[in-house]
Amino acid sequence: MSQFLEISGLCAQIDADGQKKQILRGVDLSIPPGEVHVIMGPNGSGKSTLSYVLAGREEYEVTAGTATFHGQDLLAMEPEERAAAGLFLAFQSPIELPGVNNANFLRTAVNAVRRARGQDELDAVAFLKMAREAAKALSMAPDMLKRNVNVGFSGGEKKRNEVLQMTLLQPTFAILDETDSGLDVDALRIVAEGVNRLRAPTFSALVITHHQKLLDYLVPDRIHVMARGRIILSGGPELARQIDQEGYTKFLAEVA
Amino acid sequence: MPAVTQTREAVEKLGQSTYKWGFETDIEMDMAPKGLNEDIIRLISSRKEEPEWMLEWRLAAYKTWQAMEEPKWAKVAFPPIDYQDAHYYAAPRKKPGPRSLDEVDPELLRTYEKLGIPLHEQALLAGVEVPEGERMPVAVDAVFDSVSVATTFRKTLEEAGVIFCPISEAVREHPDLVRKYLGTVVPAGDNFFSALNSAVFTDGSFVYVPKGVRCPMELSTYFRINAKNTGQFERTLIVVEEGGSVSYLEGCTAPMRDENQLHAAVVELVAMDDASIKYSTVQNWYPGDENGRGGIYNFVTKRGACRGARSKISWTQVETGSAITWKYPSCILQGEGSVGEFYSVAVTNNHQQADTGTKMIHLGRNTRSTIIAKTISAGRSDSTYRGLVRVQPKASGARNFTQCDSLLIGDQCGAHTVPYIESRNMHARIEHEATTSKISEDQLFYCRQRGLSEEDAVGLIVNGFCRDVLKELPMEFAVEAQKLLQISLEGSVG
Repeated sequence: MSQFLEISGLCAQIDADGQKKQILRGVDLSIPPGEVHVIMGPNGSGKSTLSYVLAGREEYEVTAGTATFHGQDLLAMEPEERAAAGLFLAFQSPIELPGVNNANFLRTAVNAVRRARGQDELDAVAFLKMAREAAKALSMAPDMLKRNVNVGFSGGEKKRNEVLQMTLLQPTFAILDETDSGLDVDALRIVAEGVNRLRAPTFSALVITHHQKLLDYLVPDRIHVMARGRIILSGGPELARQIDQEGYTKFLAEVA
Repeated sequence: MPAVTQTREAVEKLGQSTYKWGFETDIEMDMAPKGLNEDIIRLISSRKEEPEWMLEWRLAAYKTWQAMEEPKWAKVAFPPIDYQDAHYYAAPRKKPGPRSLDEVDPELLRTYEKLGIPLHEQALLAGVEVPEGERMPVAVDAVFDSVSVATTFRKTLEEAGVIFCPISEAVREHPDLVRKYLGTVVPAGDNFFSALNSAVFTDGSFVYVPKGVRCPMELSTYFRINAKNTGQFERTLIVVEEGGSVSYLEGCTAPMRDENQLHAAVVELVAMDDASIKYSTVQNWYPGDENGRGGIYNFVTKRGACRGARSKISWTQVETGSAITWKYPSCILQGEGSVGEFYSVAVTNNHQQADTGTKMIHLGRNTRSTIIAKTISAGRSDSTYRGLVRVQPKASGARNFTQCDSLLIGDQCGAHTVPYIESRNMHARIEHEATTSKISEDQLFYCRQRGLSEEDAVGLIVNGFCRDVLKELPMEFAVEAQKLLQISLEGSVG
């Protein structure tokens, strides 16, 4: 048992049109520090729900199980406390904030987590310097910092903006929910490099993806297959290639 | 930038409680007995040492008012106001006209200090010249209850030929100018509250910018209602002659109390050829407690006349306070090619009610107007945008663009948009856009996932929503306004 991220028997439901709908049905997952794990699985298997539950989205009700992060009870924390503790979620569909300047948003967020982590806040000059460098490394146009958060961004720009936020917030655990979807090959490489730059013995990531392509750049340590609200199979990097070639059907049949 | 910092700090302190500016200042008061009649009006006029014509004008307005009824068309509800149960005159007792800081009642200065008004900066009050290269100074004409106590930066303004003084002083010192313009934009009988104001107004500001003069500093008045049970009836008159320009800031706070306080101001603006007036308001009067008790009734008539060709009047307001707001800053676009603008943010929370908007009356050819109104409702509050755009037959080529956006927080508040559009000219172009939205759970969660507290997230989203309006405010006000928006909405989510 590592003391990094431990998920055990996690069950969660959502209220859909007045009906309780069970989505997670006992997820067990352990991620040690310094590793990149991948979750694959058919649509509707609960991958995004798992990421939302870990990040603290209130619409999901946890009905059983535990999740600890650095030994702390993750499920008892507010979303912003989880962020301060080092958890970051790159959204599958990043949210637009009309009228909110991207740089201002980033600085507010960075200083909020720095405050919570007992670090000094960054002044505007120091922050902008850092943000510009990070944006440049992600091949983002300089004006992206001046635009409103995600408003009018292309799909690729939104995803890069997520990686930019991740870079600046310096999480110890990042969940990337289909950050590769809708990206062309070049963008995919840039995003993967962004994640790779964060890799360290103290940083782990949980990558949700459908595609082997991202994994060519982002060499994972473990692959998990999720179906019907559970992790049904785990293996090494070769498992992703196998799924890429053969699809999920075979694996689903095996557990059924 | 000491003024900015101090204002900010003061506002930040405000954020630590629901309404910290609710204190009373213990200053000797000179107060008229309760009630309203001709004798009271004569008393006001004599205390102000007014000329006979001014008294006659007041009495005529009083007669008009007696024949009028309180308007009922606004979407606000409140118990009947007993106009005989209020004091119509209250003045801090003072030595004859303070000439320096030392002469100003120290208790009063402490009040301003609590408010964080930049006025309390000794250097600024004393009129010390600001070294070149520093930010443009702000002149403050402080209205404490009904009497202007200290006016700063007189000298610099005098050198430029700008008159900026309490209106009661203007009535005495510049009677011809006041008589020429007073009541020409908002006639005494315009509405119930303007008639009341015309009869009993006790103070306010007068600004006169002569031909070709750009006012060298932003002019600022801080209003504050202080004495128990005194309604405050300011009268502001701003006249800018050909080619002149002025930016005027108005901001207010009021101490906390249980009884409703009536406030009925009248503001008149006159812009001649190529003149421009920018009038900015941040209004933060006591809105009542969480159950809607107490709070200011704010029934204001504000109107600007673009008399000259290519003249421009721009209203920007951030309304976060008052129990009831009834306010429609308007522009009469008479001069050919004149421009009227209205930028507004109205925030209501708890049990506040606001019925606010603007009127753009296009009389001249090629006149243009822009209306951007942002309404934010939270708690159990109710907010209405009511706006009139009227294009008269001679206003060929007139253009208007209106955008009304409402943001709802929670599910017990209301937002209403009531546009009146009247075009009597075939060649006018009028556009109206309106949206209503809620702060989405997605947006809140997104911000919180990035480490922001829920209230910071709401503040950020709301400020984003209001950006188009806030950017019209002078820098110092914009900072204060952003904080105020967030403070006003504290506790409105979750």
